[in-house]
Amino acid sequence: MTLNIIWFILVGVLFTAYAMLDGFDLGVGALHLFAKKDEDRRIFLNAIGPVWDGNEVWLVTGGGALFAAFPAVYATVFSGFYLPFMALLAALIFRAVAIEFRSKETWRWWRTMWDVGFAAGSVFSSLLIGITMGNILQGIELDERGEYVGGLLALLNPYALLLGCTTVALFAMHGSIYLVMKTEGALQARVRRWVNRTIGVFLAFYIMLNMATLIHAPHLADIARERPWLAAVFAVNVLIVLNIPRENHKGNEFRAFLSSCAAMATLMLLFGLTVFPDMVRSLPHPENSLTIYNAASTPKTHLIMLIIAVIGVPIVLSYTASIYYIFRGKVKITPHSY
Amino acid sequence: MGGMDVEILSRVQFAFTIAFHYIYPPLSIGLGVILVIMEAMWLKTGRVRYHNMARYWTRVFGLTFAMGVATGIVMEFEFGTNWATYSRFVGDVFGSALAAEGIFAFFLESGFLAILLFGWNKVGPKLHFFATVMVCLGAHFSAVWIVAANSWMQTPAGFSIEYNGEIMPQGFLPTADQIMHSRAVIHDFWAMVLNPSTLDRLSHVLVGAWQAGAFLVLSISAFYLLRGRHREFAMSSLKVALVVAATASLLQLATGAKSADGVMRNQPAKLAAMEGLFETQSHAPMAIFGWVDVEGRQVRGLQIPGMLSMLAGYSTDTVVTGLNAFPREDWPPVQPVFQFYHIMIGIGMALIAIAWFGVFLWWRGRLFNLSSRLVRAYYMMLVISVLGPQIANQTGWFTAEMGRQPWIVYGIMRTSQGLSAVVKANQVLASLIMFTIIYALLFAVFLYLLTRKIQKGPDEEEDGSEMPASWVAMMERRAARVE
Repeated sequence: MTLNIIWFILVGVLFTAYAMLDGFDLGVGALHLFAKKDEDRRIFLNAIGPVWDGNEVWLVTGGGALFAAFPAVYATVFSGFYLPFMALLAALIFRAVAIEFRSKETWRWWRTMWDVGFAAGSVFSSLLIGITMGNILQGIELDERGEYVGGLLALLNPYALLLGCTTVALFAMHGSIYLVMKTEGALQARVRRWVNRTIGVFLAFYIMLNMATLIHAPHLADIARERPWLAAVFAVNVLIVLNIPRENHKGNEFRAFLSSCAAMATLMLLFGLTVFPDMVRSLPHPENSLTIYNAASTPKTHLIMLIIAVIGVPIVLSYTASIYYIFRGKVKITPHSY
Repeated sequence: MGGMDVEILSRVQFAFTIAFHYIYPPLSIGLGVILVIMEAMWLKTGRVRYHNMARYWTRVFGLTFAMGVATGIVMEFEFGTNWATYSRFVGDVFGSALAAEGIFAFFLESGFLAILLFGWNKVGPKLHFFATVMVCLGAHFSAVWIVAANSWMQTPAGFSIEYNGEIMPQGFLPTADQIMHSRAVIHDFWAMVLNPSTLDRLSHVLVGAWQAGAFLVLSISAFYLLRGRHREFAMSSLKVALVVAATASLLQLATGAKSADGVMRNQPAKLAAMEGLFETQSHAPMAIFGWVDVEGRQVRGLQIPGMLSMLAGYSTDTVVTGLNAFPREDWPPVQPVFQFYHIMIGIGMALIAIAWFGVFLWWRGRLFNLSSRLVRAYYMMLVISVLGPQIANQTGWFTAEMGRQPWIVYGIMRTSQGLSAVVKANQVLASLIMFTIIYALLFAVFLYLLTRKIQKGPDEEEDGSEMPASWVAMMERRAARVE
């Protein structure tokens, strides 16, 4: 039983790490076309160049952990969300190769094509991830075997779309703060102004989302009443978000970035504390929900995976941190750059 | 549309996406080995040429790696999107291998790749070499876990079957109705990872990847030599690649024989299809090439009498099981398995001949004698030989995976039972069309950029003037010591 909770937390941690890390490079993608000059776009790409594919590994590992720890959740969500996930794959493929291919030729059409591919791929990835989260938070229709029976259009409901847009705004905010750290001079001054705007957009979506939760997802409001301490987490989250413009204004971009990471962590914490112990809530038949108990692997697998995580994660964190340290500081365009 | 269509479309989609993906990881693994060798030579001798070689092949590596990353995430999704019933059934056993692959392999690869690609002139030479070794190791580790997972589908071990929450006795096979309430549960992790075919198949896959990397380097180097470009660079690269190619090609003969032996013991129906053997018999022949007359239950073509029995038990009296011993519905598709297998074998033999002929020329001191028409013809052969390992790797996987049919988990779960219950044929058709278009575009761009890199060639900064002082100083120290 404890192992189920541990793995619920660990899967959450993996996806939170994904949001914090790939979140900024997806956000840079969302902002990419707002940089008009070719050199500025190259600086953006090279700001994320050495690290973006390592960041995406958190998604791959999170997916693998979900598959191993909660196979029924993995199977239901991935098959139920078939077309959105295929679109997500297309978006992830396009942005990956766009980063690699873009600066290999100097022709204008070539660069524009991959610039658009990178930006659109990043925005769509963020949007689709948000839509998925929105549906899981709100609940989807499952039959007694735990299979999704709602169809495609039911997934594209206003609430999920709103959470999708909130995710795009969140990542754009996160990416703009990251770019402040990696740029200098006039470009940095411009990017610094974007931070405040993206925070504004994010907050607007976030407020709308909370209102929509009260109206469209009354069962979530019930949960909030049952779990009054959620309000405390929510308050901490809002304070952290408000700290971002403050740090940005004072020129502490690294602390602004850490605040943004903490904002994502508290958002994911809110998400986890709200849905727990469900992993996929079934509406309108809550008895068909996939929980951390009925969707789980055996304790033996959970234990094996825990050993793998205890050995592997510290090693991963130590060299990931070293690599971020090696590539710290402002971006310089060299012959090896994208 | 019925369930059959979903099955065919899902199988075609998985085969297509993984076959396209599999162009790239073997190149990353093989080039990784070659990069490690070249950088080690550079660190040992301090000669700038080895530095330029490592630099140039790193750029080629970067391109293949990017394609591998972009197309690799697809498969992890597809287990869930298209094969949800399979995923529910095997998650307890199979999922941990995928998660381990992420933790132990992908992070290592992608993390140190940053230093490998962008760390030139930024970190010290030794740290750069360390990063190259880590990327190479990571690429090998990823093969370890994914081949272990796939081998478990071929020769499942270390698990029990649970039905309605209760562990069933050994030998229990869930029926189509029971499958939704059954799952495989792990019983011994190491028995699962090191199942009877893992080591045979892993060594076969890795050596095939070394061949893919080595023959790519051979091909491009031979192209430069034929054109009279980058002569010194191409000669050194060719020598390194030739050593790897000759070693790997010969090793592949051993790993291949070992794999075939394992298939015979663990998956007899697959072996029978590979050789088109219908009658269970002693003195079983081995085909060199041929055509299987499935209805007439015989092979027309060139066969060596008794050879299969000889290989199976070192005696022509060894009895080899034929397809007739199995019910027809348990047969893999015989003709494709036979043909793919024999294409692979044929190419494997040709690669040994090509690599060792090069070694022979080298021994005779004629490898770089470009005025000789024989040597020039040999170089032309090398230029096209890059396709050899690629085709052999693909046909080898087709043999392995089609030979596993009709099972998704050999002897336990049929492929038709593993599909997603809620996914419709038109959805799979839509995604299949999407992948076809995207991959066609990507492949065109990949070939174009690779050609551009080849056209542009390596840096010719023979003095290392662009390097930081610390790197130059290291090279001077090493060069002094070597002399």
